[in-house]
Amino acid sequence: MAFLLYDGTFEGFLTVVFECYAQKLAPVDLCKETAFQKNLFIKKLSIHTDEQKAGRVWRSLQAKLHRQNKNLPLLVFLSESTGIEMKLYRFIRRVFDSGRSIETDFGDQDVLELKKIERQVLRETMRILQFVRFQQSRDGLFFAPVEPEFDVLPFTINHFRERFADQLWLIYDIKRDYGIFYDLKETREVVLSEKTFSQTDGKVSANLLEETEETYQTLWKAYFDHINIPERENEKLQLQHMPRRYWKFLPEKSPIK
Amino acid sequence: MEQTLQEKLKILADAAKYDVSCSSSGNNRQNTNGGLGNALSCGVCHSFTDDGRCVSLLKILMTNHCIYDCAYCINRRSNDRPRATFTVQEVVDLTINFYRRNYIEGLFLSSGVIKNPDFTMERLMLVTQNLRLKERFNGYIHLKAIPGASPELIRQAGLYADRLSVNIEIPTEPELKRLAPEKSFGTVLQPMNQIKEGIQLYKEERRKFRKTPAFTPAGQSTQLIVGATPDSDRQILQLASGFYHEQQLKRIYYSGYLPVNEYDKRLPALQSPPLVRENRLYQSDWLMRFYHFRADEILTPEQPFLDLDIDPKLAYALRNLHLFPVDINRADYEMILRVPGIGVQSAKMIVDARRFRKLNSYHLKKIGVVLKRAQYFITCNELPVYRGNWDPGQLKNHLIAECHTKRKKPGDTQLSLFPLIPALSAPAKQLHFKS
Repeated sequence: MAFLLYDGTFEGFLTVVFECYAQKLAPVDLCKETAFQKNLFIKKLSIHTDEQKAGRVWRSLQAKLHRQNKNLPLLVFLSESTGIEMKLYRFIRRVFDSGRSIETDFGDQDVLELKKIERQVLRETMRILQFVRFQQSRDGLFFAPVEPEFDVLPFTINHFRERFADQLWLIYDIKRDYGIFYDLKETREVVLSEKTFSQTDGKVSANLLEETEETYQTLWKAYFDHINIPERENEKLQLQHMPRRYWKFLPEKSPIK
Repeated sequence: MEQTLQEKLKILADAAKYDVSCSSSGNNRQNTNGGLGNALSCGVCHSFTDDGRCVSLLKILMTNHCIYDCAYCINRRSNDRPRATFTVQEVVDLTINFYRRNYIEGLFLSSGVIKNPDFTMERLMLVTQNLRLKERFNGYIHLKAIPGASPELIRQAGLYADRLSVNIEIPTEPELKRLAPEKSFGTVLQPMNQIKEGIQLYKEERRKFRKTPAFTPAGQSTQLIVGATPDSDRQILQLASGFYHEQQLKRIYYSGYLPVNEYDKRLPALQSPPLVRENRLYQSDWLMRFYHFRADEILTPEQPFLDLDIDPKLAYALRNLHLFPVDINRADYEMILRVPGIGVQSAKMIVDARRFRKLNSYHLKKIGVVLKRAQYFITCNELPVYRGNWDPGQLKNHLIAECHTKRKKPGDTQLSLFPLIPALSAPAKQLHFKS
């Protein structure tokens, strides 16, 4: 009976799962070391991240889970919603301990909630695919700023690499300060030390932009305004599909100077 | 006077916006070695206009000049409107540059008919050919097949495009003759049949030779205008059902008639577009495509129009109260799908989850069933049967009243007078508090 603390990474979490089996622990709660609030009466135990142990848990999970749910543990972990560790821990224990697949047991609160959280994270992933807007700079790089609610940028790499195979691109997560860069051969993670774009709305400084960039932004905005049917105005529907927090990155929704 | 590209784009986007088709789904086109773009079978919407419709494809007309004079169309010959024509290269450039910036999923190209159908179709075909061969573009392309164009041109277009569509617009032949004397059902159905046969033929071929190219892999769609003619919803749905089954159409779009040509006395004078009716038709369409309903189950000969107050699924349940209540823990998937308040997703989850334990109303609520509606039509472990003393009319009124109270915003009631004068009410409270 203890509070288990881990370093906040997914590997750390999987190590916790491993140790729970190995040391026969029954955790009261799991939480990040940084999020732990001191409590006089509770025994706490820090678990040190071990890549090998984490790997073993991950591989056996992959073997157990249905192909639709292979990414579920990682996706829901990325949501960082409060109490997610304990829900996920209970879910993983059931997956391992049960003789048959329990992944569709939606009568169980943990399974249902994890499914719902997974849906949220996947929706955020989809919205990156929808609302990324590249700006072409003079050196031929297509740059796009994003600010996703969850850290889901890595899940979109395959899509963009497949789609924009013949152009240099960089998608940068402003909030978490890292980006994915594609150099026509492979993608890699980059951190920009010197930022040539606005920290708020990700606009690249005008003198660095390709000459035609502004033309196309204007054309796109003109198109966007004219494809609308004013008689059918429906702001609620628009916001439902395209919440305001994405607008600042969209040329069609932000004023052009 | 030479028009700028931007002026042309404005005019031709304006002219294209009444075509409601927008989807970019149905095909997983791969990016060929180092080209540009691909297509996702789920489709992606890249933006949403102020009317709430999605922008997935760059939807434009090649030209809004037209030799026809159809009463319902904004681009008819006799309308005095600014006209413009794109060159093939302009459309190609716009598509590629928008696509590279991730603004769009691909191109939706339609056109007014200039000179003759063949000439028009050829230009559309040229755009797709240039995009696919010259630019190595593998994004989504939706092309209009121009009625009356030669089969060979349509066949070629089908080899480059992901989806082809022919708009039928008016649901019945006599009405079409009245509003568009130059058109007939025959000219519309001819390309439709050709595309359908093409798809089947190429599918057969593909079974034998793997290298056979795909022919309109995302299928074909069409559009019907609702409210421009006195045709009943039943006629529209019967037609739609026929299209889905016999022509194997992927989608039918319903477009609430907007009074674009008010001076034409052949058309009804409407205050606003029939949006609710359009919505009910889409709901019925969904019932046919995802809920396994037949057209004649949604509307009977005695009731040719959809009820605007309640959705068609609820209307069906009220007409067929003898089929309910449905036992959530025993009934088959098909029957659970028919319960108002249970959607496809919930129905699937119910069928999956009940293998583990008996479900009760708490579980259903958590799963996402709208119990407010569903409770009158289901039994589960402990839920009492609400049906006994309801007759259909009563239950209908009851449900309408309930959904009205839910929709009502705080500002809708008479009491809202008070928040209008906060200066009077708020400080008084504070004073009271202080004393």
